[in-house]
Amino acid sequence: MIRTALLVAAKDLRIERHSRVLLWQVLPFGVMGLVLSGIALGPTHAGHSSAGPGLFYLVMLLVTLLMINRSQAIEGSSGTRASVATLGLDPAGVFLGKALALAVELWITGVVLLAGAVLVLHTALVGTLQALPSVVLILAALAAAGTLYGALSGGGQGPATLLPILALPAFAPLLIAGERSFSASLHGATLWQWWVISLVALAAYLAIGILLYGVLEDS
Amino acid sequence: MTSSPTSIVTLRDAVVLVGGFPLLSGVNLDLDEGTLSVVTGANGAGKTSLLRLIGGLVGLSSGTGVASGIDLASGDLRELRRRVGWLGHEGSFYDDLSAQENLVFAAKALGRPIDEIAGVLERVGLTSRDSTLAKHLSAGQRRRLGLAWILLRRPQLWLLDEPYASLDDEGRTFFDQLIGDVVKSGATVIVSAHDPLRSSSLHPRTLTMAGGLVVGDGT
Amino acid sequence: MKQLSLRLLGPLTLVLMGLTFWLGLWVTPPDKIQGNLARLVYVHPAVAWVALYVSFGTATIASALYLWRRTRSQVMDRVAHCAMEVSVVFILLTLITGSIWGRPTWGVWWAWDARLTSTAILGVFALAYLALRRANDDPDLRARRSAVFALLAAINVPIIHFSVQWWKTLHQGATVFTANRTLLIHGLMAWTLLISFFAFTLLFFWLLRARYRLEVLRGERYQVVLDEALVQRRREGVR
Repeated sequence: MIRTALLVAAKDLRIERHSRVLLWQVLPFGVMGLVLSGIALGPTHAGHSSAGPGLFYLVMLLVTLLMINRSQAIEGSSGTRASVATLGLDPAGVFLGKALALAVELWITGVVLLAGAVLVLHTALVGTLQALPSVVLILAALAAAGTLYGALSGGGQGPATLLPILALPAFAPLLIAGERSFSASLHGATLWQWWVISLVALAAYLAIGILLYGVLEDS
Repeated sequence: MTSSPTSIVTLRDAVVLVGGFPLLSGVNLDLDEGTLSVVTGANGAGKTSLLRLIGGLVGLSSGTGVASGIDLASGDLRELRRRVGWLGHEGSFYDDLSAQENLVFAAKALGRPIDEIAGVLERVGLTSRDSTLAKHLSAGQRRRLGLAWILLRRPQLWLLDEPYASLDDEGRTFFDQLIGDVVKSGATVIVSAHDPLRSSSLHPRTLTMAGGLVVGDGT
Repeated sequence: MKQLSLRLLGPLTLVLMGLTFWLGLWVTPPDKIQGNLARLVYVHPAVAWVALYVSFGTATIASALYLWRRTRSQVMDRVAHCAMEVSVVFILLTLITGSIWGRPTWGVWWAWDARLTSTAILGVFALAYLALRRANDDPDLRARRSAVFALLAAINVPIIHFSVQWWKTLHQGATVFTANRTLLIHGLMAWTLLISFFAFTLLFFWLLRARYRLEVLRGERYQVVLDEALVQRRREGVR
């Protein structure tokens, strides 16, 4: 399982290195999202609001949806899926591999957007750095959940409009936990409850993914 | 269900339903090991669906079937997929990986030594294009890469879905030679094609399909 | 015995619902502080109980049984689907009765209270389940994906349960028992509350049964359509 996971993760990240979708499309989208957040707050509140953490995570959720679609689209046509199916890869390993690759991409994006939050939304630098561990955890949970929901929505071959309605309700508790953790960090505090929720969510999605990802395969 | 001792595929009244439409509407078929069969018919006759059923890529809705020793109704279809080689008429690999990288991925997934890849690339005539991204290969080269993928796998049952589409004369000759070699080595090959095979020395069994049924069977 | 209990389900539901409304609206006294508004206690908690635990729980258990090979059957898939549909109705009722209760109490129809928010999220989960089912034509794939999604959605239920304790909330705390299991309401009000829980639970099962029967009829009609499609397809081969 672990060997398959590392193989699949390396494959996904190698594809990303060749295609540079993260660099040229997703990161600019995320940065634009932060800028639009500031614009939406209006000239009086932009850069002076405590909404920074929430807006950061809201943009990250939208980025996550894009990346989930990308992660599933990588598997390509039904012909590619059929060929890969003949390799007999352990579905649990495939799930872990895709979740790991997605998590790495989200972490990279998260670091860039945290810098953007400091710059554009004026979140305090020290507090933002203190929020980094919770951000890493939340994004890992989003990656695990997103990989599952991506497969549920048809693995890139279902309607694009299905993924958001499947995934966003599940992301909502993570959005709450993330926003509260980030806000607490900005005030020099740590609220263990949000760590518990994030860890429980991550563990639950990993467990369900390992057990049931194979069930989601076509046929 | 009775079949000959050397049967690799046995179908009785096999029906495949997808989205309420019967792709196969009651196929009866026996195929022996080590043979070459060509499935012909008009578009929508069920050629691809037959191959997908035999390869465990689509489920059996009613009737009975055994392929490569695995019951198509109740058996482990994942195990069946491991036993077949699939070449679809859509792409069969990752567009954003090079030819070499695609084969490395397949080799590692199968536990094959990496140094076998050079020989396989040479066999299919892609040595000079090994670092080209798959999406930049020509249609014929993509077919050869798909064959390379199967050659790495060395399955006993080859399923080739319209392998001659978009191929020039040289490509078609190459395919005929390769199929002949594979059959001589003892593997079973099933090819779907609009036209019969070019090489008369291959003596394939020709199965004609229409309306999701096998309506003609000849040599 | 099974047939008898199924036949009694409808009349018993009717009787208990009638009893709940009669006791709740006329017989029990108004609350000292909230007055007649507090009579919603005989509807809202019971409806919420059915929405969050009974209907969602039924869908989750049926989904889990579908995923387990030994108990996998079309019955389980149908029960999960029907239970989730009824769940949507009860979640909606929970939010509506909650809003009606909340408006005079909190001054707003909707507050960003943890439990309200989580219940709304659960409602979207249930709707997403139904959307997922509509997006898949293949019955087996649809059943499997729906079952996995229902299990994923079930993770949200304990979050709702703990949200009252962990999040700052306008929602009142436990309605019936305190943390050390002391009963908060007494006498006839307590009995009426208990009857309401039974009544709405039976209502759920009655609705589930009715919806299930409809699903069976749909399945039979679908089979006729499939048989006709098969005949039509075979004719293509003969021509």
